[in-house]
Amino acid sequence: MSLRSPLGKVLGRGSAGEGVGHWWVQRVTAVALIPLTLWFAWSLLGLPLQSYDAVRGWLGQPWVAVLAILLVLTLAWHSKLGVQVVIEDYVHGKGAKTTMLLLSTFVHVAAAVAAVFAVMLLALS
Amino acid sequence: MVELTLPANSKIDKSAGKRHAAPAGAKNVRTFVIYRFDPDSGANPRMDRFEVDMDTCGPMVLDALIKIKNEVDPTLTFRRSCREGICGSCAMNIGGTNTLACTKACDEVKGDVKIYPLPHMPVVKDLVPDLTQFYAQYAAVKPWLQARTPAPPDRERPQSKEDQEKIDRPSACILCACCSTSCPSYWWNSDRYLGPAALLAAYRWIVDSRDEATGERLDDLEDPFRLYRCHTIMNCTEACPKDLNPAKAIAEIKKMMVERQH
Repeated sequence: MSLRSPLGKVLGRGSAGEGVGHWWVQRVTAVALIPLTLWFAWSLLGLPLQSYDAVRGWLGQPWVAVLAILLVLTLAWHSKLGVQVVIEDYVHGKGAKTTMLLLSTFVHVAAAVAAVFAVMLLALS
Repeated sequence: MVELTLPANSKIDKSAGKRHAAPAGAKNVRTFVIYRFDPDSGANPRMDRFEVDMDTCGPMVLDALIKIKNEVDPTLTFRRSCREGICGSCAMNIGGTNTLACTKACDEVKGDVKIYPLPHMPVVKDLVPDLTQFYAQYAAVKPWLQARTPAPPDRERPQSKEDQEKIDRPSACILCACCSTSCPSYWWNSDRYLGPAALLAAYRWIVDSRDEATGERLDDLEDPFRLYRCHTIMNCTEACPKDLNPAKAIAEIKKMMVERQH
């Protein structure tokens, strides 16, 4: 039971002074993902995917490797921001929220690093 | 987790609803299924069925509610005042949509007219929700003119016709709460998200040419929850009985936030 005034509760701890950066980057990555995913899907359609050597040869081209790295980094960043919003929307327990935000960040960074490493391994070997 | 289901004492007791038949001889009968909750009884909410003779009833849902209260069940509780869509008192959920009972014609609803209080609000009694937090959110955006330049001594602060037009529509908000209580983001996070009504009010002062606190107003809103819990679901604009566009106002605020960064 709290006798705090309704206005006091709404004002809470004040404005965090952030949010515009998150919102903007989510849109920037969304825009970047349009050409990147189209390029990736288009390329996959033209590739004999059952042939390891063919895919490896394709990914070994410098500009393909660069675009592939851009795609995974942008995708991971965009996804990280989106999942964060979903967690903040629906998970209200303080401990659960922090744990899930941490986990989500770790998973996204790990996935991005692993993907970049894989592309570079194929491109540079 | 957010509360996706109702607490046990808020669940509707389906077996408890009462049926009030239309008077004998009524030819044009419509059924109103109305949410009932009496905090003093200790019982769970129930849905009562009222059969109304539409030949002796006005056309609007509010007419039917008043008729039921006058002639069938005087304990039926709801807010109403102006009966012409300007006070915002009779906002409720009719046929699945938040709207004003006084401007909603019974003919616009197909089948039984189902009436609930505004969604996801604490219910005081029957169709009366507790709007304390909603009003506090309105107060939180400082809905008054803030200027350091003193007003002219002999008249009001001047404003051009074009500048007046910018605040003309947003000023028409009657604070009925139809928009905010239709917003899922508001349902889950109303403790921190201000909701469309308060943000529309904030916008109304942000774009007011006479106001000089635009920066402070934007500062106050720049928060992951206060403003950015809006995910452009658009239920607010869909629900607004005054045909206002809170979703657009929020989008404009977000745009201003970005513009002042670059």
